[in-house]
Amino acid sequence: MRKCSLNSLQSVFGKIASSALLYLPVDSADGRAVFSKWDDGTPLSNALNTVRSPKDFFFPQTEDLMRFKTEGKSIEVIDVREETEDFVVFGVRACDVKSFDILDRVFLAEPRDSYYASRRDHGVIVSLACTRPSETCFCSTFGIDAASPAGDVSCWKTESEMFWQANTEKGEALIKKIEELTEECSDEAVKEQQEKTARIMKKLPLAGLNTDAFGGGKTEELFDRPEWTELSEACLGCGTCTFVCPTCQCYDIKDFNTGNGVIRYRCWDSCMYSEFTKMAHGNNRLSQKERFRQRFMHKLVYYPENNDGLFSCVGCGRCLSKCPISMNIAKVMKKLGGE
Amino acid sequence: MQKITKEQLTEKAVSLLRDGTVTHVLGWSAGEFDYDITPAVFSDEASLRKSFVWNDFCGANFSKYLVSKTRGIEGKLLVFLKPCDTYSFNQLLTEHRFDREKVYAIGIPCEGMADIDKVKAICGDGISSVNCDGEKLLVQSIYEDAPISVSPSDVLAERCVNCKSKKHVAYDELMGEDGDVLDSARFDEVSRIEAMSPDERFLFWQNELSRCIRCNACRDACPACTCEVCVFNNPRSGVENKSPANNFEEQMFHIIRAFHVAGRCTDCGECSRVCPQNIPLHLLNRKFIKEMNECYGEYQAGETVGSKSPLTDYTLEDLEPGEVFDRGDINA
Amino acid sequence: MNRREETLIPKIGVITDVRIDTPDIKTFRVVTPDGKKAFDHRPGQCAMLSVPGVGEAMFSITSSPTNEEFMEFSIKKCGCVTEWLHQAEVGQQITIRGPYGKPFPVDDEFAGKNMLFIAGGVGLAPLRSVINYCRHYRDRYGKIDIVYGSRSKDDLLDYREIIDEWMTDAGVDVHLTIDREEDGWDGHVGFVPNYVKELGFDTDKTAVLCGPPIMIKFTLDGLVSLGFDKTQIYTTLELRMKCGVGKCGRCNVGAKYVCKDGPVFRCDELDELPDEY
Repeated sequence: MRKCSLNSLQSVFGKIASSALLYLPVDSADGRAVFSKWDDGTPLSNALNTVRSPKDFFFPQTEDLMRFKTEGKSIEVIDVREETEDFVVFGVRACDVKSFDILDRVFLAEPRDSYYASRRDHGVIVSLACTRPSETCFCSTFGIDAASPAGDVSCWKTESEMFWQANTEKGEALIKKIEELTEECSDEAVKEQQEKTARIMKKLPLAGLNTDAFGGGKTEELFDRPEWTELSEACLGCGTCTFVCPTCQCYDIKDFNTGNGVIRYRCWDSCMYSEFTKMAHGNNRLSQKERFRQRFMHKLVYYPENNDGLFSCVGCGRCLSKCPISMNIAKVMKKLGGE
Repeated sequence: MQKITKEQLTEKAVSLLRDGTVTHVLGWSAGEFDYDITPAVFSDEASLRKSFVWNDFCGANFSKYLVSKTRGIEGKLLVFLKPCDTYSFNQLLTEHRFDREKVYAIGIPCEGMADIDKVKAICGDGISSVNCDGEKLLVQSIYEDAPISVSPSDVLAERCVNCKSKKHVAYDELMGEDGDVLDSARFDEVSRIEAMSPDERFLFWQNELSRCIRCNACRDACPACTCEVCVFNNPRSGVENKSPANNFEEQMFHIIRAFHVAGRCTDCGECSRVCPQNIPLHLLNRKFIKEMNECYGEYQAGETVGSKSPLTDYTLEDLEPGEVFDRGDINA
Repeated sequence: MNRREETLIPKIGVITDVRIDTPDIKTFRVVTPDGKKAFDHRPGQCAMLSVPGVGEAMFSITSSPTNEEFMEFSIKKCGCVTEWLHQAEVGQQITIRGPYGKPFPVDDEFAGKNMLFIAGGVGLAPLRSVINYCRHYRDRYGKIDIVYGSRSKDDLLDYREIIDEWMTDAGVDVHLTIDREEDGWDGHVGFVPNYVKELGFDTDKTAVLCGPPIMIKFTLDGLVSLGFDKTQIYTTLELRMKCGVGKCGRCNVGAKYVCKDGPVFRCDELDELPDEY
């Protein structure tokens, strides 16, 4: 483990940014944290987390997949893919780091999504341990330790110092780069912080939330539960939960005619939207209840069934704080799990 | 800080259920915390007593729910309406969006709703409870031993800071006292933006709208957006989109929506309340309201049932198109 | 430039023949610009066809893999992409990617079996591939029965091929039906599910169904009442798809993705899925 003083953090950032694009949570003008590109002196936000999750780095809301040129009856397909520049994302919380594992299992499964894979290959994740979780946090429900975040490098911030620990080859390379600006140290201060955070985690209102009622193979048990009606009753059918969610990865592919050729692009989509499953001749989910159920069944049953029991939720709490009607996965789990 | 209590509302709802006046109650259901309240339809006394809640975080405007929740029910639906909600209620009736006979509306006074983000800005994260001692909000955090006392006026939601009316314009029954239409400062921010140079103004909106994640929450919560299928959801419209092909398109979405609700928007502020990216969308609508007031005389959508907005009503005194054009020029 | 493989980037296909099958169905022959098949496939698999600027849609490959010259798609006019394709002329380029999905188990479970194919309307399109595959490797299968119905005589897909080839094959019995009587039709009249029951097949067969959901539902009930086990019955599903490789989430039903785990399902597998297809 290595450390640097917070006073020298900007020089460390400068060193990292000298060979890769560096992104970190920064306070925006209206007081919310947003992942932004680091420039000389850009201060790290003190906020617990960003409104938008860091999934954007690998699976952006909108991206061009290819272009077409058409002339008469002919079509030319233009590959617009470019090798991603090396980049580092600093300050990713434990929950969000876990979300990348969940996205990987979708996008890196054969056939690999080359757009996503390229960004994964070129991105380095530097996580940052939490010390002041919010009441909306429930990462421990999914076995995530907010005080021991994964990632290529894990960091812990104390009153005066930043501690760095490499976990992967990519991480080792990054640590090597900032070797001169950091010093070898014991992990005592980190351990102390971890113990303190663990005590706080136990006090969180959602600390008791558990996944006992969920997992692969529970479709029959859960699908026709009458509670879905009540749970989905007030759902507006908007996509807020989906779009702030670090693990939601459904997408749409659309064509945009620029007047000078066609761009085929991919954008986030939401199973909460009425036209998500609409075909030319029908729609297999006609009610909001069915669409609402799909989102939670996918996270809590279908995804784990296909992925060795891994749930597709990391307990980041974004949907808890952003749903316009305050309906969310924690409430769904409590209701269906028998409170 | 609310003058009427949860107990009063619960007892009222229970008695109306018991005597058969209503069969369902559209109300607020308690959440995990004191501020995460979900709209719910109650149909029995037990669930009302268990989950019904009324506090400083009951901001959701119920009027739009009447469109869907009055369909296919036996009997009447009781709805509690805050003063601002009653304007949306009337506007929806003007547009024949729900059956008035299916609704029993009770007007309830509102002292303004709190914005949890503002509470957190003062008290920090980790809030375990928010209670009211009659005057102050007592915010308990897991990080503090004693609750932090917060003045309600410091955490009022933006739309409540600029509350336009404490007067109910529609109800079958009123609980508590009715208030007055207020002389609010709601157009001040619009004036400030109008005073900007075109470049500054463009930059202002570009900055705000670029945060949009196109979740459609503004549209889906908006009581003026009640099309059965929104044009932006129709794959055959050619403008169906989740996410924009470019930023320009994003700006168009919000501007088109503002045009679409112009003259019908009651300025209830739901669009800004629900926006996960804190975009002040209500300012677009307020700009339209201000323009209409200045061009055609004061008009408040939803003030009465059946009133025609200046945009759908022609009078000989109407401003000539040329004058509107000149105004635009001056403002630029 | 990144040259890694990417399934979402399509190849160019050229429409080399357009056959008008019924008032709303046309069959398109597609090859690559150098006159080859775009890719190999197995019976029951699908391909994504697109018209840039209009959209992309999934279609079953109606030609048999044993056809080594071209691929065929029988397409019913019912949405933006299909409407556009229906006005396309020979020589028009489109894009094509695939093959997608799990095929019929023609070389495993189907091998040595008596086959019963039951189709309604454009539902014959995915079955034509497997029917012609079985006809090609005739000795690998037992008796072949084909029940095919449509609204009217004009709505019968591949009618010439059925009359000229399938009906003349030894060991292949074709049973045609149309919904309502009409002049010039002396064959059977009635809905497919009822016709299947009337024909009263022995249960020593493997059945393959495709057609409108309502036809599938009643035919399945009919077969079960004849004594068929659901493990003997296969069908192919259609849901909205975008990526074709189980990532975009659109065709997810239960823990399955129709594009990847289907479109071919054995009916007992469908019983395990929530009723959302």
